[in-house]
Amino acid sequence: MTASRLTLRHPSVIPGFGLTLGLTLTWLSLIVLLPLSALFIKTSEISFARFLTIVTSERTLHALQISFGLSLAAAAVNVVFGAIVVWVLVRYDFPLKRVVDALIDIPFALPTAVAGIALTALYAENGWIGSLLAPLGIQVSFTPLGILVALIFIGLPFVVRTVQPVLADLDAELEEAAASLGAVRSQTIWRVIVPSVWPALLTGFALAFARAVGEYGSVIFIAGNLPGISEIAPLLIVIRLEEFRYADATAIAVVMLLASFALLLVINRLQRWSELRGGKAS
Amino acid sequence: MTGTVVTLTEPHPVRGASEGLPSAVAEAPAYTARAPRPVNTEPVAVRVALTAVALAFLGLFIGLPLVVVFVEAFKHGLGAYLDALVDPDALAAIRLTLLVALISVSANLVFGLVASWAIAKFDFAGKTFLITLIDLPFSVSPVVAGLVYVLLFGAQGLFGSWLQDWDIKIIFALPGIVLATIFVTFPFVARELIPLMQEQGTAEEEAAVSLGASGLSTFFRVTLPNVKWALLYGVLLCNARAMGEFGAVSVVSGHIRGLTNTMPLHIEILYNEYQFVASFAVASLLALLALVTLIAKTILEHRLAEEER
Repeated sequence: MTASRLTLRHPSVIPGFGLTLGLTLTWLSLIVLLPLSALFIKTSEISFARFLTIVTSERTLHALQISFGLSLAAAAVNVVFGAIVVWVLVRYDFPLKRVVDALIDIPFALPTAVAGIALTALYAENGWIGSLLAPLGIQVSFTPLGILVALIFIGLPFVVRTVQPVLADLDAELEEAAASLGAVRSQTIWRVIVPSVWPALLTGFALAFARAVGEYGSVIFIAGNLPGISEIAPLLIVIRLEEFRYADATAIAVVMLLASFALLLVINRLQRWSELRGGKAS
Repeated sequence: MTGTVVTLTEPHPVRGASEGLPSAVAEAPAYTARAPRPVNTEPVAVRVALTAVALAFLGLFIGLPLVVVFVEAFKHGLGAYLDALVDPDALAAIRLTLLVALISVSANLVFGLVASWAIAKFDFAGKTFLITLIDLPFSVSPVVAGLVYVLLFGAQGLFGSWLQDWDIKIIFALPGIVLATIFVTFPFVARELIPLMQEQGTAEEEAAVSLGASGLSTFFRVTLPNVKWALLYGVLLCNARAMGEFGAVSVVSGHIRGLTNTMPLHIEILYNEYQFVASFAVASLLALLALVTLIAKTILEHRLAEEER
């Protein structure tokens, strides 16, 4: 490591810096930065009063509320169950553990539209799960509960894959030391293990939340999409676009984009903190 | 070194696996006793209960949705399943999806290699910020990703009238679908390569160059072999997302049957027309792709871990 550090100070030996950095910046600008700035240019064409009217209209506010509220709830569920899943995967042994571990990534790999129709089929009144819940008076599909289910599905791997390496790297000696100093198991868990994985759990929470806020494909099939009740913000953007109300679509999109930028900053901080903690623990 | 890559992205199992394993092996002799920590585990009942909760949760939220796709697809037998797949609109959707994936994965493959070369092999100001920008598309809602291209190239867009004058169609046509797909899959290859290439440092490349190798042959004969598994891994993930992208493509495609419908959009149309078996039949192809991707990923992780040993 020290050798490469030293040589990094003389980068001129390796050719291609100007070319590769130039290409990178050009391509990045064309594909990502220019299109995203189009959103802000288009927004600047709307008067501020108009912007406020759109963003504070009842339907928009409801859609934002549903997207952000249910995303928070789904991320919270994922933190609780994700933590249990990670604990079991890292600490215990059971048959087919490697297969189960690999399947955690299904929500990354399965297209959202496929997940959407699959969840709808499961939770519809005649579906495998829906038919069990119907006699209890619980309806999942075509209600906000359905949105929650979809958002839990897509967020789970973010929590598991963020926390898993941290718990796996946790030094067993710390726990042994705690135990040999007389700590009961629950004390060891709350005062040694939880503080070490806490930053990773928070990072996973934020990642799952950020993904859920923008999610579209897996939600729209199961949601029912009733304005004010089960209509998410990304769907409202699509609806406004189909009605050729570009100003409305743009204004809502800007709010969503600013929210993702803010979340990105928070997540960057959390990850840095998490890595510092991880560094201390090992 | 990996510490510099702090961004909103899908977490990184490859790095975990490849870093965790060798250190565990290296440290093993340091422990005097090999006994499994007896003081540090829960009673059997707690262990069984926690495992049951975890497996039930995963079965409910991940196992069942996967199984139901195939069950619904074969509900009316193999004949109905195959009929749905050889339907001309379905075939057109499959062809379009393959074409879009081929173009956008190639574009991101080249970009990923170029960007990681610039970022990993050189030191310059603003590097962390550049990595954040590359990761940016991960945190943008797919719908917003589609919308920005409509605002740029649509009839009402910034370049709309100019494109019309020249009779160039981007939105509701192949170029729009490809652009939106490249946007949402933008970081996939680069972010697999950057941390690995940073970790590998520049010593080997410097040796090659000082022995007289050209930049290109250094890249192809030194750098590329060193990152081939991570590259393949990034391409696989990129491809899975490119073939499955729904939100962004849905906004720019215009849903013209047989022309601008990709597989995910075809699934949506069939589903909304209550052709459930046909819809799940097409969906089962994408589910299969997801499973193959995960199997390949598991094998690649193994390779990576073994190679670093």
